[in-house]
Amino acid sequence: MKVLEEKHKLATRWFHWINVPLLALMIYSGAMIYWAYEPYRIGVGGVTLVHFFPDRFFTLTGTDQSLALGMAFHFFFAWLFAINGLAYVVYTLVSGEWRALAPDGNSFREALQVAKHDAGFKVPLPPQGRYNAAQRITYSAIVIMGGLSLVTGLAIYKPAQLHWLTAALGGYQWARWEHFWLTMGYVGFFVIHIAQVIRAGWANFRAMVCGYDLASVEDNVTTEVTHAD
Amino acid sequence: MAAGWFWLNAEPLDDEIPQTLRRALVFNERIARAALFSNGHLVKTFPVSAIGKLKVNGEFGMDDPVDEAAWNLEVAPLAGAGLKLTLADVRALPRCEQTIEFKCIEGWSTVTQFAGARLSEFTAKFARGSEKAAYVGMRTPDEQYYVGLDMPSALHPQTLLAYEMNGQPLTDRHGAPLRLVIPVKYGIKNIKRIARIEYTNERPADYWAEEGYDYYAGL
Repeated sequence: MKVLEEKHKLATRWFHWINVPLLALMIYSGAMIYWAYEPYRIGVGGVTLVHFFPDRFFTLTGTDQSLALGMAFHFFFAWLFAINGLAYVVYTLVSGEWRALAPDGNSFREALQVAKHDAGFKVPLPPQGRYNAAQRITYSAIVIMGGLSLVTGLAIYKPAQLHWLTAALGGYQWARWEHFWLTMGYVGFFVIHIAQVIRAGWANFRAMVCGYDLASVEDNVTTEVTHAD
Repeated sequence: MAAGWFWLNAEPLDDEIPQTLRRALVFNERIARAALFSNGHLVKTFPVSAIGKLKVNGEFGMDDPVDEAAWNLEVAPLAGAGLKLTLADVRALPRCEQTIEFKCIEGWSTVTQFAGARLSEFTAKFARGSEKAAYVGMRTPDEQYYVGLDMPSALHPQTLLAYEMNGQPLTDRHGAPLRLVIPVKYGIKNIKRIARIEYTNERPADYWAEEGYDYYAGL
């Protein structure tokens, strides 16, 4: 039979779902700021393959001509993003929840198996707890990235007063570059995360909202009753 | 949260941005001034070999040609009579040269060398006692561009009234004959072609703050 089994703690779910719109607002207002000076590109030598971003990206998303508003939004929601993120980290450490999240010695080997399996190869999934090895690595990395976004952001925000921090990150323009690519990392994470959540199905998603998942358990009593009929 | 976004966007504006966001900028300024700012925190300086080409980015207040021979600088101290100075008066102060990373609020930055007089020493000589004021206001001859500065930032040892850039006298488009160089703030505060300096306890008008930017704009 199936029983309800707690999967995600109430606090974890709150932190997660508060973070979703906050991170979205930080990225959106970040694009408004980036519009004013958008030098990053991927290319070989002098040839640009991808420019971040073409003008129509900004006009289509409404992030053009809004530097002042973008900065005002960014430096307001940064507080909420930072507080929510720090509270999550403290909670996860203190509650012991980190044990289900942090990668262990086997995670990196097992993560390859998970990746092969998910890519369609006939590789069995390794045994897992709440998260599989690939999830452990990715979800831990995304938390660390959040911290780095905070740190690189502060280095750009106060390069004079926090000159030691800006210098440690390679200087003002390097810190800006790092801040940008961390953000692109979130966008990449988001795409894969959503695809995986859709693949995992409704019950998995529901567990992240209400906290419970249906789990199959062996139940001898039920079996005997069925046979007695 | 989406409701919060629309609520913020529907709010009355305070100098072009929703008033809650303006309050947040003021709050951030308070934190920065209380917990971060220090005269001992100097911006990084660079070797001359790192100097780049600083572009001309703002020409507000510089439409008309300036007659450098006829130019003078009006000083309005916190108390007492004002005075009119010439460039020679500013040049008579100790010359300070520094190569710093000039940072535009747009996000780009250019290593540039400036030379001039420290605003702190200028104040001590020509507006003694005005250090007690809360703010310094500066504006161009045509009053089309104007900035307001908090006093601690104005008196920072790297804040200069500059008359030279990259080893040459300031060019017209870079603010001749005298401009402000305040590397603890974004470029928007580094006003060119200064005609008047006023020490005041009233928060002076600021061109870009009126357009939605942070008044403090401190780095």
